[in-house]
Amino acid sequence: MTAIRALVPERSRSTRDRAERRLAARMTAPSLILMALVAAVPIGYAIWLSLNQYSLRQAGLSRFVGLGNYIDALAGPDWWRAFGQTFLFAACSVSLEMVLGTGMAMLLNLAFRGRAFLRTVVLVPYAIITVVSAITWQTMFDPTTGFVPQILAAFHLPGAGVVWLGEQGYALAVIVMADVWKTTPFAALIILAGLQAISQETYEAAELDGANRWETFLHVTLPLLRPAIVLAAIFRTLDALRIFDLPFVLTHGANGTQSMSMLAYGQLNENRLVGQGSALSILTFLTVMIVSAVYIRFGGGNIRDIAREDHR
Amino acid sequence: MSTLTALRPSAQRTGTSRATQPRREKGRLHPIVWVFAVLVMGFSLVPFYWLVSTSLKKGPSLGQGELFPSQPTLDNYLSVFGNGDFLLALRNSVIIAVVTTLVALVFASFAAYALARLKMRRKALVLTLVLSVTTFPAIAIAAPMFAIWREIGLYDTLLGLIIPKLTFALPLAIYTLTSFFRDIPRELEESAYVDGATPFQAFRRVILPLAIPGLATTAILVFISVWNEFLLAVTLTSSPAARPVPVAIAFFNGMSEFDVPLGRISAASVIVTIPLVVLVLICQKRIVAGMTAGAVKG
Repeated sequence: MTAIRALVPERSRSTRDRAERRLAARMTAPSLILMALVAAVPIGYAIWLSLNQYSLRQAGLSRFVGLGNYIDALAGPDWWRAFGQTFLFAACSVSLEMVLGTGMAMLLNLAFRGRAFLRTVVLVPYAIITVVSAITWQTMFDPTTGFVPQILAAFHLPGAGVVWLGEQGYALAVIVMADVWKTTPFAALIILAGLQAISQETYEAAELDGANRWETFLHVTLPLLRPAIVLAAIFRTLDALRIFDLPFVLTHGANGTQSMSMLAYGQLNENRLVGQGSALSILTFLTVMIVSAVYIRFGGGNIRDIAREDHR
Repeated sequence: MSTLTALRPSAQRTGTSRATQPRREKGRLHPIVWVFAVLVMGFSLVPFYWLVSTSLKKGPSLGQGELFPSQPTLDNYLSVFGNGDFLLALRNSVIIAVVTTLVALVFASFAAYALARLKMRRKALVLTLVLSVTTFPAIAIAAPMFAIWREIGLYDTLLGLIIPKLTFALPLAIYTLTSFFRDIPRELEESAYVDGATPFQAFRRVILPLAIPGLATTAILVFISVWNEFLLAVTLTSSPAARPVPVAIAFFNGMSEFDVPLGRISAASVIVTIPLVVLVLICQKRIVAGMTAGAVKG
């Protein structure tokens, strides 16, 4: 840009800057207006709904209760149970995804025959609709139609005689597996990109210092991969905290798999408790916002990079 | 271009660095690595294989948990293709996903160009807002939207689904496209400016044609995410006329506890999955580039 700027006289440059800013505003306006209308307006409306109590007997009748719905939610056990179960799910699945994703990325970074094939194969789960993946895992673990209980029984492994989706702990395990299955490729690809950005010289230096493979991985690769892993973890955590489809299909929130979104959905759509349900969805919203604010504060290098570019 | 070059398979790289790179020198893998590779492949493919295998079973053969169907049959597929509600759901999903993807691409390419190239007031704020929409839990939008749509008659319509899905598709599209636009060398635009082009002309004549691969990648990512979305779809529809595939399949599944039409559900699942799997397999490199665009600065 600077090269051009030097060619244009001072006055027209500032007019051009102004024109450019105007164009930028016009080009971003459609997206911003749509997002404001469809994201901000409903959230505002949800906040209003959450401050009222709606009569179940007489439709349309409501009264303002202030923070009553929130106090009810925060004082009762349901919200905290869903909160705890969602975070437990997120912690289990995201940590598994990061470990497996790093392993997968290391593997895909090696040169061997069939790597191109493997790279393609790991993307298959990504293409499968979450609802379909839920049904697949459901039938795999089904005591009568599935093959997993049979295999476990054949090798006398624990879990053979268990109705997986009907039991606390086991149900969560199936949901975690289904989630890990579908989303690890995404984590692996982000980590792989980070891996490929590490220069050969770094490894050579480590080798000269006499580090073995494990030491190299631990003290060279892993620290350099940290930004990529953190980024993948951010994306995955924010998704995991909003989990809905998997418990909806697999357990409908039973057996220790009630997520925050499921709880709010149940109150709103099944129990028709509009005020209470809206309060729960706003609490879900706030929880996710707080977590993402913490993440952006500590790991949001990219946003700042793009923004900084502007002040060239 | 850094990210893209970093992701390109090592055709050129292995050629030059083979001698200096002990780990790539070996054509053969360590046995443990080999086992891990097989496990990764099995983990990725077995569930999908199981789905296909279940879709080929019928009657008592379903209840035996066989990995290989003893009497494979296509009956489930015939029955699914004869199911009007499923065909309707398929039609709805195609319309919703195609329209949402196209509109999102148009809106997002404008916004992304401004964010990637133009001088702009409060750019950091705009970017933060765009990104924060990606973190919105759909439940917080779906519930009030349900009330609003019922009021204005958009409840249980395709348009009523396209609008909120578009809102969630836009940040993804803007974010991915911004990274792609930023990777296009500035020199090309600068020569357009020297020829007297306005910024908008530079966008239309220089950036857009060069960004076609990026646009295609973004289209695939948006299409898959819209096709997959469930919460909005289940909250904002109530009849087969507007219900997209994921909802139709989920309800198919939950219809009756005692007579779950497992074979047919699996057949329907395979039908809606195959096109996406094929798309992903063909466009593997593109998808990888898109998923990681802007994620890691090499």
